[in-house]
This record gives sequence, structure tokens and C-alpha cells, in this order.
Amino acid sequence: MFETMKQRVACTLSLALMSPLAWAADTLPEGNQPGNYPLNLQAPKSGIAEQIFNLHSMMLVVCLAIFFVVFGVMFYSIYAHRKSKGAQAAHFHENHVVEVIWTVIPFVILIALCIPAAKTVIAQKDSSNAAVTVKVTGYQWKWGYNYLDDGIEYVSALATPRDQIDNYDGKSAAKNAHYLLEVEPGTELVVPVGKKVRLLLTANDVIHAWWVPQLGVKQDAIPGFIRDAWFKADAPGIYRGQCAELCGKDHGFMPIVVRALPQADYDKWKADTKARLALAKDDPNKVWALPDLVARGKGVYEANCAACHQASGQGVPGSFPALAGSKVATGPIADHLGIVLKGKAGTAMSAWKQLSDTDIAAVVTYERNAWGNNKGDLLQPAQVKAARQ
Amino acid sequence: MSHAQDAALGHDAGHGHDDHHDHKPAFFQRWFMATNHKDIGALYLWFSFFMLFFGGLLALGIRAELWQPGLQFWKPEFFNQLTTVHALVMVFGAIMPAFVGLANIMIPLQIGAQDMAFARMNNWSFWLMPPAALLLVISFFMPGGAAAGGWTLYPPLATQFGIGMDLTIFAVHILGMSSIMGSINIIVTILNMRAPGMTMMKLPMFCWTWLITAYLLIAVMPVLAGAVTMLLTDRHFGTSFFNAAGGGDPVLFQHVFWFFGHPEVYIMILPAFGVVSEIIPAFSRKKLFGYGSMVYATASIAILSFMVWAHHMFTVGMPVTAQLFFMFATMLISVPTGVKVFNWVATMWRGSLSFETPMLFAIGFVSQFTFGGFSGLVLAMAAVDINLHDTYYVVAHFHYVLVSGALFSIIAGVYYWLPKWTGRMYDEKLGKTHFWLSTIFFNITFFPMHFLGLAGMPRRIPDYALQFSSFNEIASIGAFGFGLTQLLFLWIVVKVTFLKKGEPAAAKPWDGAEGLEWTLPSPAPYHSWDVPPTVK
Repeated sequence: MFETMKQRVACTLSLALMSPLAWAADTLPEGNQPGNYPLNLQAPKSGIAEQIFNLHSMMLVVCLAIFFVVFGVMFYSIYAHRKSKGAQAAHFHENHVVEVIWTVIPFVILIALCIPAAKTVIAQKDSSNAAVTVKVTGYQWKWGYNYLDDGIEYVSALATPRDQIDNYDGKSAAKNAHYLLEVEPGTELVVPVGKKVRLLLTANDVIHAWWVPQLGVKQDAIPGFIRDAWFKADAPGIYRGQCAELCGKDHGFMPIVVRALPQADYDKWKADTKARLALAKDDPNKVWALPDLVARGKGVYEANCAACHQASGQGVPGSFPALAGSKVATGPIADHLGIVLKGKAGTAMSAWKQLSDTDIAAVVTYERNAWGNNKGDLLQPAQVKAARQ
Repeated sequence: MSHAQDAALGHDAGHGHDDHHDHKPAFFQRWFMATNHKDIGALYLWFSFFMLFFGGLLALGIRAELWQPGLQFWKPEFFNQLTTVHALVMVFGAIMPAFVGLANIMIPLQIGAQDMAFARMNNWSFWLMPPAALLLVISFFMPGGAAAGGWTLYPPLATQFGIGMDLTIFAVHILGMSSIMGSINIIVTILNMRAPGMTMMKLPMFCWTWLITAYLLIAVMPVLAGAVTMLLTDRHFGTSFFNAAGGGDPVLFQHVFWFFGHPEVYIMILPAFGVVSEIIPAFSRKKLFGYGSMVYATASIAILSFMVWAHHMFTVGMPVTAQLFFMFATMLISVPTGVKVFNWVATMWRGSLSFETPMLFAIGFVSQFTFGGFSGLVLAMAAVDINLHDTYYVVAHFHYVLVSGALFSIIAGVYYWLPKWTGRMYDEKLGKTHFWLSTIFFNITFFPMHFLGLAGMPRRIPDYALQFSSFNEIASIGAFGFGLTQLLFLWIVVKVTFLKKGEPAAAKPWDGAEGLEWTLPSPAPYHSWDVPPTVK
């Protein structure tokens, strides 16, 4: 689990010092997730993560040493200098030499700690010479990945079914091994092992943060801005993380899964995925019939809209408006499309322009013909394409 | 007023106040139009006590949901409201008003002043708080519920909420006004109303720390007011301070917020340093070690606190030079803080120690606050912070600082001065039980959170992956224990204050205590220091 001797020593030390609790190191077979009483940082799987691990171990040892020295003195006082044992109070209340010494020594310790920390900070910020660049976009509440050199683009969302999460009646389904840390199949961020992967991060609605502990990378994704970060996975495997910046109601349900593959497998994945995505691509000029569009729209709705507006279209009173019988879903179709494409300022309704023309046409059509809305009208993808201009 | 003064001013005896020193106004006038510093202090303390229980109840709501994986009680959106309002209530409703309450009662007593400098403004500063608290409470019942963006209220998320967010902004404005007025009062009182002979370097440590805190408050409260006002205009008046699509910058809010927010955490801890600097010497029967360096350390902490705000933002993507600067500056704060801890330990060294409840809480403060300081040092390392930012490690860190730090010191201060306020000794046995239960349950609650954070559990999530379940269960058990324990504290205080049970207290119930407040009878008379004492 821990590669270097230094890590092993540091880990053992910290365990010995920090907890009387039993440590069940039942590392799960893939992904190196910690077990049930995890006591330390997750096992590092990148150079930066390893530096972070070592820095933390060093800090821990230094802090605990100071803690035991200072409070050793205090507890000796508590034991030896108690009134009940007849201790008489001494009269000193100042000593400039001592006071200067205990100002200078911590200062020196700090400088000693700062030097390795600064080296790591500088290394963390150096995202130059990357082999792969991926644009990562945070959405409420999923991640979009866009391989800038290859045109591969997809969205990654939580795979854990709702019936495992909702336990209001005490009857939830048995939970998966990677409960809340799993994404829909085929939507992991796939990267080559041992190659520098540069991430360009932004967000569509609110601030999110892309975080994979074992790779030592966490970077906020900020709407309207592009930030960058990088990582290099040391070994093939699956690395899991979560959004780390409060981003609204489903903040806890926004996992990140990275799959690191050997270069050959990565190349194969890239070719396969390109082909798969090309095949799935819709022709925006195709003319659809109402039932087909409604059927497709239902799927789009459930994947993207149901989290707020609910599968029943009833919304959450006060927070998310109902669509059943709403003015938007029964009013002019152009306004309806406008809201979906551009969002509504000052509310959680963000722009959905990242969806394809066909998906938008389908979902608008579905919303106008579901839950008793019965408008009977439909929107063709070509109209969406025109409205984007 | 003394007889001589009355005569000189030509007052006759039947003129609104009789000549008795302890004349108190009638109930309504006394408590609703209070100008007496002790009454206002008591109002502040009871208000903060009430808010402590309200905020605690919200915390138990959080811990109940986190007891097991899966969603048991709340919808995620309500969970976010719980965390947000819990934080706002604890910071602005419990900890800060409690310290202002202690300041109101104790500063005039400690410096030999008759009252606070602006007694009527003092009334205002208190009575602004209940409506603000009410706004926070009723925001839960607004369409869309209370603010749910965390106490930091980061946009653009904060611009998405409903009217509950506006009530929160309004509440923050009002609380800020109250804090500023309170601070002006404290500064003027300390600077202008000290008894003859009390030079600044003879000022009790509690007054010193509050003086510096009051300056911090005046400096940063308007910054917070500015930040939330910008948020308000972004929400309703079409501005784009924080909206990138309109040319604004969401990160600007974070800079402005933390320029307030970082000094704010020192606002909540500096008066705590003052309280324990009074208590530890008293129960060590020895003078505070290094008074001078304590004053300078407090001032340096306050000044440094303005230079480190961006250490809350290492993950927003600052340039490397900025990261290094904020890392070094942050670590530097540990030097003066260390000096303070060393001085407290040196005060106890070769003292004649006894362990009444105030001393227990003070020792609990020093050791556990220091623990929180160490985890702060770990977080100060920008590189390590990348992995720990916004995890439960941070939650553990700031609860070690704010619960076993600020709250424990407030409780220590209440036990220490309760005999002076009520004229009765509290039940020592119950007090000690309160300390031990609080300490044990506190650590059961928050110590495991260090491990949760290290292992990768993000904060502010209503549900978590399975490997986090054991420590969460432990933490939740601890939280309910800690919450119930505080009912014991309520009972102890009610018993001496309202039921008037307990041994009568001497003017100086602690034999090692020093300071002017102990030369007054217990309870301190309604109008104390008619004639200012002389300090040699």
C-alpha cells in the first residue's frame, strides 16, 4: 500500500501516536479506497500526492513533538505544583531571555517546515508540457469532460441509484461497494498512466471543485473563468473523488472517477470512444414525429431535470417551480426554449446549451406533453439550432 | 451619586431616584430600556445562551442525518440550510454576543468605571440583536427556505436562493451594526474611563484583548456589510459584481469575504485569550507570566490576521507567489500564538494550583485550543491544504478552535465571575461534572473528524460513502452527548441566578484572584464605582 520506507514509517508513527482505535485496513480491491476506520490520508498514487503525504507526516510529527513537550511541562505542573500537595507559589512573572528564546525557536522551526512545503507548491503549479489536456466543466450536479485534442466530449454523473440513497422510510436498497463514488459506465475520466494530464477547469452555474485525493489534485471550477491543474497517475487503476465546494442541493452526489490506463489501452479507448460518440451523434436537421420526440425527451428529462423539478414535474414548492401546468411549459414555445437555452438569472435554473439540439428539442417537447400539459406541439432540432444563433 | 454630590447639585431626595445605592428600575424599564452595563451584559449573555441552544439544535439535526449513510431525515436542500444557519447562529448569535456580554459586565468593573461610555447606545447595540436573530429563524419558513450556501455565502450559489437569503443579508447587516456600536463603546470606555492610576500597561488582560478585538471589529464589519450588499444588488438590482457573465468576478466575493472572515476568527478568540489570562493566574496563585509579551502578542496576532485571508482560498487557483506569501504569513501567526501558550504554561509552572471549574475549563481551553492551532498549522501548508480544504479536517480544526477554544473560555469566564454577578457560589460538583462530560463528548464528536477529513470526506454533504460511516456514527453519538451536557450548564446557572441556591459568595471568592472587580461586594451593586477607585 505504501511504496517508500519513509511513508511506511510516517504512517505507522502517526497511527501509533494518534489513535487508540482499532485500524481495519480492509483496502478495497480496486481504487485503493481506505477501509472502515481510515486514519490517514489516502495512499498517494502520484508524485504530488506523495509529497503531500510526506509533508503532512512531517508536520504531524513536529506538531505532536511540540504538543508533548509543552503539555508535558503543563501536566507536570498540574501534578507537582498543586495546592493540595502544599505547593507554594513562586514569585517570578517575567524572564526576557526565556521569552525571546521561545519566540525565536518556533520561528526557526517554521522556516524549516516552509522550505519543503514551498517546493511542493511550486511543483503543483507547474502545469507545463502536458501530454493530454482535458477541459473539465462543473454542472449542477455532474462533470463534463472534453478532450481538447481529440474532440471527445461527454458528461459524467452519479450512478448510485436513488433507491439506495433515499432511506426516509428505513427501507433503502442495499448499498453498492462504491456507494456515491461511482459514475455511469463509460463516463470516467480516462487518462494514460505516467503522463502529465492537464485539466482546464470551469463551471456552468456555480463554483465546484474537482478533487481526487490519491492524485493530489483539487482545483475550484469557477463560472466565467478558466483555471488549470495537473496530475500524473503513477499506476493503472481507478481513483475516486468528489466535488469539494458546496454547489447546491446535490453537492454530496457529484462523484469523480478517474481511470488510468497504460498508453496502449488508452489509445484503444480513445479510438473506441470517438467511434461510439460519432455513431450516437444526431443529425440536427432530422424531422421528428411527436411520440418519438416525447419518448426521447423523457430520458433527457430524467437525466438532467428531474433532480430539481422531480420526475413528476411537480418541483419542490418554494425552491424549484413545478412544470406541470406551469406558464413556461404551456405558454409560447419560444419562451420555453429560451429558458432552457439561457437559464434564468438569480435562480438555480442554469443554461443548458451544452445539450445537443435534438436533446433540447426532445426535452422541451416532453415537458409540453407530459403531466397533463397536453399542448400537442413540438419543437424540431432545427429550430433549436436556429435559436442558438 | 453620593450624598455630597447630590447636595452640591441641589437635588432633593425624592427626585426619581432615592439615595440608596442599589436602587433598581421597575421590571419593564430595567430589562427593556436597560442602560446599566450589568443588565445589558446579562441580556447579551442570556441571548447568546438561547442562541447556543438553537444553533446546537440545528447541529444535532446535522449529526442525526449523518449518523448513518443514506438520507434518513432531511432533504439535501434542507440539510444545507441547517449547516448554514447553524454556522451563522453560532458565530453571530452565540459566540460574539457572549463575549460582548462578558465585556459589558466586566470591563467597567475591571477598570473602575461607573458604566459603559455610551449607556444608551449600549441599549441599542443589544436590542438590534433579537430582531436579527428572528430574521435568521423565520428565514426557514420562507419559500425556498433559509440561506443554504454555507456561512461563507459564496456566489453564484448565493444568488440562486429565495427570499430567505435576503433575510440573512439583512440580519448580517443588523448584527454588524450592533457589533460596531458595541465596539465603539468598548474602545471609548477602556481608553477614557479607566480609574486614576490605571495606565494602559496595568490594564487587565481581558480589557486589553477586548480593546484590540474591538478595533478588529470596527475594521472588518463594514467589509462584510459591503460584501453582502454587493450580493444583494447582484440579486435584485442587476449589478454584476460577482457574475462573470456581466464582467464581474465570483472570486472577488471570496477575497472580500475572507478579508472580513479571517480577522473574524480572531475576533472570536482574542477575548478568549483575555478570559483565560485572568483565570489561570488566579488559580495558580501567581501573576500572569510575561504580561508585556502577552499584550504585544495579542496586537501582533491582530495585525497579522489582516494579511492571511487568502489561506482560505488556496484552491481557487492563485498565482504561485500569492500562495507562498499567504502560506508564510499564516504560519507566522503561530509564533505570537505560541508565545501566549508558553506564557500560560509558565504561569502555571511552580504555582500553587487548584482546580475549580473555571480553571478546569481554562486548562481544557489551553490544551485543546492548541490542538486546533496545530491542525491550523497543517492547513496553513498550501500544498497539504490542497488535499484537506473543504473536508472534515477543516471542520475538526475550527471546532477545536471555536468550541474548545472560544466556547470553553466563555464557560470558564461565566463560572469565574458568576459569584460576582449573583452573590452565590455555583454547585462545584455539578460544575466539574459539566467540565468532564463536555470535554469527553467534545472530543468524541470532533476528534474523529480529523480522520474523516484525511480520508477524504468533503464537508457540507448530507450523505457519504460507506468507508466514512464508523467515524460519523461516533461523532454523532458525541454530538448528542455534548448537546445534552449543556442542559446541565443551564441548570447550574439557573440554580444560582433564579432559584438563588448556593453558598453566599465573598467579595473575593477565589483567593488568588486579582483585579478591581474583586474589591466590590458580591453581588456587585447595581451602581458600582460611584467613586472611582485609585490604582497604585
